[in-house]
Amino acid sequence: MASSIRVRAISNGDITEVQTLIQHPMDTGLVKDAKGELIPAHFIQQLTFECNGKDVFVADWGTAISKDPYVKFSFKGARKGDDLKISWTDNKGGSDTITAKIA
Amino acid sequence: MTPRPLATRRLILRGAASVALLGLGNLPIAPARAAANDKYPEQAFKLKNEADAIKALYGRTAEPSDKVKLDAPEIAENGGVVPISVTTTLDKVTSISFFVAENPNALAASYRIPDGTIPGVANRLKMAKTTNVTAIVEADGKLYSATKEVKVTVGGCGG
Repeated sequence: MASSIRVRAISNGDITEVQTLIQHPMDTGLVKDAKGELIPAHFIQQLTFECNGKDVFVADWGTAISKDPYVKFSFKGARKGDDLKISWTDNKGGSDTITAKIA
Repeated sequence: MTPRPLATRRLILRGAASVALLGLGNLPIAPARAAANDKYPEQAFKLKNEADAIKALYGRTAEPSDKVKLDAPEIAENGGVVPISVTTTLDKVTSISFFVAENPNALAASYRIPDGTIPGVANRLKMAKTTNVTAIVEADGKLYSATKEVKVTVGGCGG
């Protein structure tokens, strides 16, 4: 299965800019489906970015994050070719991890 | 012959249908984090009111600051996807959080900014209706905020 995480990490001198797009329904638990039944909440709760053994960015998310979430941030201290490990866990115990090379 | 109600016999298999949890073993995810600070703030995400959520997350109130720059659209045509970002010139930033005042749950996202990470984040939020979006930046132990009203023409909670 293809990874749910798409990431672009670009080094620009000392600063690495990271853009991430994750495929996830991010159901709030408040929306009804076509049959009028509530779709149970299903959303990513935590998203972690790790580089060189250190967390560089941690996101705690609620249901108000849009479907197929996007997040962008930048950090210092990494170089081209370093590994950036991204992982998420959701409220149903689901998870995914990917390791990307900083370009 | 008088018609008599036919009592349908039903075989009730009580207990026989005990749920077999086959192959549903939840794998333990992510090693336990050391600092209590690193835990997912479940309680804060459940609160409805913005002030309560801020209190639950940080335990104090924020003061408005022009050093927090909140970038959000004036009008969002689709409340399901509202691009919102924040940047700040403050030093020693440790976290950035987003609140949408009149969403069913005010706290939308909270980001931890470790040392070495640029204090800024862009993401997309859902908004139920026209309301204020507040970004709170925690810097050097204090809270600073910026608020902007976003007009929503189609809410993000109707599917």
